[in-house]
Amino acid sequence: MTEKTTNGIGAPLPRESARRLAEGRGRYVDDITMPGLLHIAFVRAPFAHGRVLKIEKDDAFEVCGVVAVIEGKDLAEICVPYDTNPTGVPNHVSAPQPPLVVDESCFQGEAVVAVVATSRAAAEDGAELVFVDWDELPASCSIEEAQADSAVPAHTNFDDNLTLKHRFGAVDVSDAFANAAHVVESNFDFGRQTGVTLEPRGIIAHWDPRTEELEVWQSHQVPWQMREVYATQLGLSPQSVRVTAPDVGGAFGLKLHAYADELAVVAVSKLMGRPVKYIVDRLEAFTADAHAREARAICRMALDPQGHILGIDARVDAGFGAYAMHPRGSFGEAMQAAQMIGAPYKVGAFRAEVFGWRQNKPPSGAYRGVGQPIACAITEDMIDLAASAVGIDPVEMRRINYRSTLDEGARATEAGLVIEELSLDRCLAKLINAMDYDRLRAEQTALRGKGVYRGIGLASFVELTGVGAGLYGPLGLTVAANEACRLTLQPDGSLTCATSVTDQGQGTLSALAQLIAGEFDIAPDKVRMIAGDTGRTPYGGGAWASRGMALGGEAAKRASERMREGLFEVAAGILQCEPSDLSLANGAVVGPKGPSGLTLAEIAAICHYRPYDSPLGKVPQMTIEESFVPSDVPYIASNGVHAVHIEVDPDLGTVMLLDYWVVDDCGTVVNPLLVDEQLRGGIVQGIGAALYEECLYSEDGQFTNGTLADYVVPMACEMPDIHVGHVTTPTRSTGLGAKGVGEAGTVGAPGAVRTALNDALSPLGARVTQQPFTASRILEAVMAAEAANK
Amino acid sequence: MPEDTIRFTLNGREVTVSARSRGHLGDLLRYELGQTGTHIGCEHGVCGACNVMMNGRVVRSCLTLAVQIAGAEIETIEHARSDRSTVALQNAFVARNAFQCGYCTPGMIMTARELLAENAAPCREEIRDAISGNLCRCTGYQAIVEAISDAAVTLREHADD
Repeated sequence: MTEKTTNGIGAPLPRESARRLAEGRGRYVDDITMPGLLHIAFVRAPFAHGRVLKIEKDDAFEVCGVVAVIEGKDLAEICVPYDTNPTGVPNHVSAPQPPLVVDESCFQGEAVVAVVATSRAAAEDGAELVFVDWDELPASCSIEEAQADSAVPAHTNFDDNLTLKHRFGAVDVSDAFANAAHVVESNFDFGRQTGVTLEPRGIIAHWDPRTEELEVWQSHQVPWQMREVYATQLGLSPQSVRVTAPDVGGAFGLKLHAYADELAVVAVSKLMGRPVKYIVDRLEAFTADAHAREARAICRMALDPQGHILGIDARVDAGFGAYAMHPRGSFGEAMQAAQMIGAPYKVGAFRAEVFGWRQNKPPSGAYRGVGQPIACAITEDMIDLAASAVGIDPVEMRRINYRSTLDEGARATEAGLVIEELSLDRCLAKLINAMDYDRLRAEQTALRGKGVYRGIGLASFVELTGVGAGLYGPLGLTVAANEACRLTLQPDGSLTCATSVTDQGQGTLSALAQLIAGEFDIAPDKVRMIAGDTGRTPYGGGAWASRGMALGGEAAKRASERMREGLFEVAAGILQCEPSDLSLANGAVVGPKGPSGLTLAEIAAICHYRPYDSPLGKVPQMTIEESFVPSDVPYIASNGVHAVHIEVDPDLGTVMLLDYWVVDDCGTVVNPLLVDEQLRGGIVQGIGAALYEECLYSEDGQFTNGTLADYVVPMACEMPDIHVGHVTTPTRSTGLGAKGVGEAGTVGAPGAVRTALNDALSPLGARVTQQPFTASRILEAVMAAEAANK
Repeated sequence: MPEDTIRFTLNGREVTVSARSRGHLGDLLRYELGQTGTHIGCEHGVCGACNVMMNGRVVRSCLTLAVQIAGAEIETIEHARSDRSTVALQNAFVARNAFQCGYCTPGMIMTARELLAENAAPCREEIRDAISGNLCRCTGYQAIVEAISDAAVTLREHADD
């Protein structure tokens, strides 16, 4: 039994409800089993681009346990392909994506045949014996190949590979550049990444022909979305589909999507009338999970003599992969990468063009931060180039250009972003103080004389969190972006909160329980959370774009307030006073004369069991539902500043991370223990992007580093301690005032590491532009600079 | 498919199971013996999510063939409640918010338990080194380092209990 909290909001409460995970009592999808369960192994396409000529299946049935071998045309009879062409996205075209390849396969790893067996091992043995006769087709793999005039179409439905073309800002920004005292320019390269959840994707689908109901257990962020997807693709009533996300072992955007192979599992279950399980193995995860971030960019910035930005002109080319990722498309990353360039700053004239290119690689999709890490890295590198050209300190350059105070009434930026209020000045001031910036600069100068190359990197960011219907609706995406809370007072005085918000480890559910407990002044373990189940929760979004507390928290707060009002009416009748005289302490009503002894349990017992005893002659509702989506803004913008201190060995190309600081403003912090480690975890993923992670493809589109030994993610020994600070500017869009925080670390860290590296290399005349900044790329930059200086 | 009957001790109890010669210990524990606290992450011995104790040492259960454990003593996270070091670690992990999704946590705790058995007072660098064979994708590792450090203090303070 935990102690009661005097105030739920702001207390660093440990996540007691998650203790079972530390004791090995998690219940992830692969931990679930049921009678008659069958298992799937897929035969996947071996080429980047190919045509299936013939499939020979008979040999697979030699394996004991194999019960079915299913190909694309079998599923086509009961399941339509994904059609991912949101109506509101300009110039967007994508080919239909069937659950299993029917004729043409467009990336290595695309699922072609499903072998169904009584065990996964038997299914894999059967898959080995399926023979697919292929016609290998020419492929376009890199962005350069895809955009070349003579490019091979990645999908034969099209003549070229352009899948998105859009412009943010003005048609013409040439005046700003013509009148500039300084113009700086750079190109940028971002390697293709993937989210690498430690628990791979997994799904169990059970179509029960007796009840004609489809039950799905899936490692996923958005069960409600998946209910609609499966119903649509299989032609079922959404009411006959139930999707449950049990414990989820990391998601990071990767589990936001509807994958073709998962649709195939559901369709196989529908076809066979049996429960079917499929767990992605690590190689399949690398080759068939959503990829992200692959982009090239060029950016120019115009400046006045003092360093004020006069204009930005940018072009972003993004690699979309073979299909638009269902159902939200692949355009989000490219669009945000372009639109959010320069977001923290008053940029004057602005133009950013974005082009999306179809490639013979897996579809790109959402990964923590969605385009914002790219925009931030471009912006911050440009700011440092500008500071150097103008001859001012990078801190001063940022300070004089921040968009911290918006003109009254003007919330839209030159790029069309809607920003309510920023606190970048205050974040930077606090950060500079925490890191002792001037001392670090002095130390850096002294060490350079001794051949030690240290770098100080800064990255300011604006992040769009709690994204609501105002964004998705106009794009034509049928995604519910509200978050809901159904709060029930139980007869024993405890509360049940069924929420549309889902939790993949962020701790959102614990924080919601804490928030609700604070509203009633009861212990958080008196609030039972229900989530991740379309059969038991109110309709709503789930988890993406840092919405759990910003939107779900507001819904919970409003439901709590409405519940309390009803209870206070009953209590006021009993205590013969006004409801406005009442408050709650330790789960009991405090009246005008102090503690009344009237507990929540007693009021609940009257309402549930003896309504005739209510002094009102009736009882208030014991279940209150509230749903929230921001209505005055499309999303809630948060902001912050990162700084990293590194040391580069110019002989080895290695980078040592010495220290890291972040000051973040996510508005009201409900639980700092959870928020701080969200920031740290996000930063570590951003460091992984900057230094290690890249999906490496051969020229002919073969994935070449498909194990966790070859695709390197951050390890504990390489990571620095991360100092977290906060500035608190509650959003005016909600009563709670919380903004999102889940992506803030990942958005800023790649930019901070990039600027730190270029700062460290500047005395050598070297500069890196291609992420990840591996030792060999750093060495190449150093050697190129040495050659140029000779 | 060749099968062997093997006997070993699982969490203090003798068990006899048939094990396919090509199967690994992780799958045996999870699918034949219902011990789902051991997680399979990378299947290449890199991530450490599948770490279990074999004769008092941490092994990767995805790299250990099931038939190799005949006669061995195997301990998984489910048994660990009877071990004071593990309980101290679990308490510290909760207190420090040293896990999020929890998928890496059982393997991480196995590694930390082995570290604390060998080094009762590890410094932060030693902790970071020791857990570098355990990948966590959610936390920034810092809370894990602090939790292991806290658990070491608790165990030292109560060494004579």
